[in-house]
Amino acid sequence: MVSYIIRRLLMMVPVLIGMTLITFSIVHLIPGNPAQVILGETANQTAIANLEESMGLNEPYLTQYGIYVKDLLQGDLGTSLRSNAEISTEIWPYIAATFELTIFAMLFAIFIGVNAGIISAWKQNSWFDFLAMLFALIGVSIPVFWLALMEQWIFAQELGWFPAYGRQDNRDPIAPITYLYVLDSFIHLDFSRAGTILKHLILPSIALGTIPMAIIARMTRSSMLEVMKSDYIRTVRAKGSGQFLVIYKHALKNALIPVLTVIGLQTGVLLGGAILTETIFSWPGIGRYVFEAISYRDYPVIQSGILVVAFIFVIINLVVDILYKIIDPRINY
Amino acid sequence: MAEIVLELKELHTHFFTESGEIPAVNGVSIKVHKGEVVGIVGESGSGKSVTSLSVMKLIPSPPGKIVSGEMNFKGENLVNASEKRMKKLRGNEISMIFQEPMTSLNPLFTIGNQLIEAIRLHQKITKKEARKKAVDMLQLVGIPRADEVAGEYPHQLSGGMRQRVMIAMAMSCDPELLIADEPTTALDVTIQAQILDLMRNLNKEEDTAILLITHDLGVVAEICDRVVVMYAGQIVEEGTTREILKDPEHPYTQGLIKSLPNMHEREQQLYSIPGVVPKPKMNSVGCHFAPRCEFAFERCFQENPGLYALGNQRQSRCFLHEDTEGKVKKHAKADIGS
Ligand SMILES: Nc1ncnc2c1ncn2[C@@H]1O[C@H](COP(=O)(O)OP(=O)(O)OP(=O)(O)O)[C@@H](O)[C@H]1O
Ligand code: SF4
Ligand SMILES: [Mg+2]
Repeated sequence: MVSYIIRRLLMMVPVLIGMTLITFSIVHLIPGNPAQVILGETANQTAIANLEESMGLNEPYLTQYGIYVKDLLQGDLGTSLRSNAEISTEIWPYIAATFELTIFAMLFAIFIGVNAGIISAWKQNSWFDFLAMLFALIGVSIPVFWLALMEQWIFAQELGWFPAYGRQDNRDPIAPITYLYVLDSFIHLDFSRAGTILKHLILPSIALGTIPMAIIARMTRSSMLEVMKSDYIRTVRAKGSGQFLVIYKHALKNALIPVLTVIGLQTGVLLGGAILTETIFSWPGIGRYVFEAISYRDYPVIQSGILVVAFIFVIINLVVDILYKIIDPRINY
Repeated sequence: MAEIVLELKELHTHFFTESGEIPAVNGVSIKVHKGEVVGIVGESGSGKSVTSLSVMKLIPSPPGKIVSGEMNFKGENLVNASEKRMKKLRGNEISMIFQEPMTSLNPLFTIGNQLIEAIRLHQKITKKEARKKAVDMLQLVGIPRADEVAGEYPHQLSGGMRQRVMIAMAMSCDPELLIADEPTTALDVTIQAQILDLMRNLNKEEDTAILLITHDLGVVAEICDRVVVMYAGQIVEEGTTREILKDPEHPYTQGLIKSLPNMHEREQQLYSIPGVVPKPKMNSVGCHFAPRCEFAFERCFQENPGLYALGNQRQSRCFLHEDTEGKVKKHAKADIGS
């Protein structure tokens, strides 16, 4: 197992190098002078020269890339042009916000999706199967922004069950530790605050989790149906076991292998950019951070945001690979 | 004779598909006595597997359904048995092993886990005792390093070893009846002989009745006491192994025996019955074998022959057993020839 993980980690190295090359090139792929583009049409020559100097744009590309990677290795993501703050410290609360939302959205998606998929396969062609697959079809085709707006309208505005915006009650903000607010409120042993924060999570989680949920449900169903036809399932039946053991032990574990791939991909997608959802729910996540940076032409932030998201993607891939290995003893590479 | 363990009476298992109703098992009657090894032989598609899965009530349903008939297991008609009752019987009193040892074990659980599960489904014993029993069973079926193998996954074992594991699993609760659906077909010849030996020993030692399905008459000669020959969902001949091999009555059985390789060692070309088993159809007219039968005459295409009783548990489904006065006679082929 350990050697497997080490091999996987080594395989990540070229991917990471590729990623830094791409984010590095972002600045240089803009037509014209990057400093000029960043500062805008009206900027004067001294300001441009100063920026070029401070960003090291006068050095040869290779040197610039070397410095960029060296800085990254030391955890230095550069300085935001807009706020003048260190990006590596500034970015964490945004990552944490996205992270927390993604976790809840995916928990929702996995729990409902996997179970609906199992029951649909179990009771194939029943009314449950029919309804579940109809919902799944609607789920994958529904525009997320529309779903988010409907949720806000019904559950926040009309019924008043959940707040419509933000991560917390801004009149009484939490003293952040990890910036994962649910975790923080448990660290503070402040359970009523945990309740409020969870309430803030519900609507955006559902909005964000609906597409993955639908995809997972369909994947689980088809994978289960496939597995249920296999010889080893017939063997389990021939042993005299009941449906429950057949489905939840033997079939599910096998059926989960392809579902796991989908879960990993969807988690990556959510982490990468839920800009629409984050905007509608005023969720201060990484998508919003990068989005705003774009409108300010804050290139160091754009670079870092993309790099961080790509990095998280790679990590998720690693986790999925490790989970494969745990589930399937045949994997050996 | 010993008590009857399994008695199928006029069993009909049909599949209801888009292209119509398929009588895959079309009125099959078979008796299996305690300690007896009964073979079902026939080419691919003759309904052997559907017959055996019917007994376990593991026919994929839909589209399959037991439409009529009886399946009496120690006097209890399983056709009416509830799923709950069947769960108690499966793997406990009636066990089954399958043709495909490579895919019949769950790849994600250890051999031990799957054996222990089979044991604990029917015996109220602790995990530890079950594990010990599992290892004992593995030893019994001749698996070396049984203790280690229990901790291994199916992909780490060869086909022959996996089939031994399947047999260990099937025998772990000491069943009255073992149904083996082509247990050796996927294995090479030496392994095949070992597996058959193993089954014969279990049959002798535990007095387990075995219903052995195969399309290989060599396997039948090796292990069976009695043989039922199936064709297109029906029994066409039944007799002791000796009778069937030495003295086949039905033209189909004769064809099967003629195509056995070892009886024709010197011949260049192996004989094979021309054509293939037809897909069973509802209300088909004439002998099912007629299109391929070298003795077929007019009547064979107009009427379905019934089974002609030729003695104690000896029967054959062929019009040639009827003489000119409508009486039953043996040795149909010899008479035609003269
Ligand atoms: N799931 C199914 N759906 C429809 N028809 C089926 C199904 N399973 C079996 N049949 C029909 O039943 C007939 C008998 O099949 P069966 O598997 O019993 O043959 P067999 O004698 O075991 O052949 P083999 O030697 O290939 O295993 C086939 O001709 C097929 O048309
Ligand atoms: S009944 Fe006719 S066709 Fe059928 S086996 Fe006998 S001779 Fe051949
Ligand atoms: Mg078969």
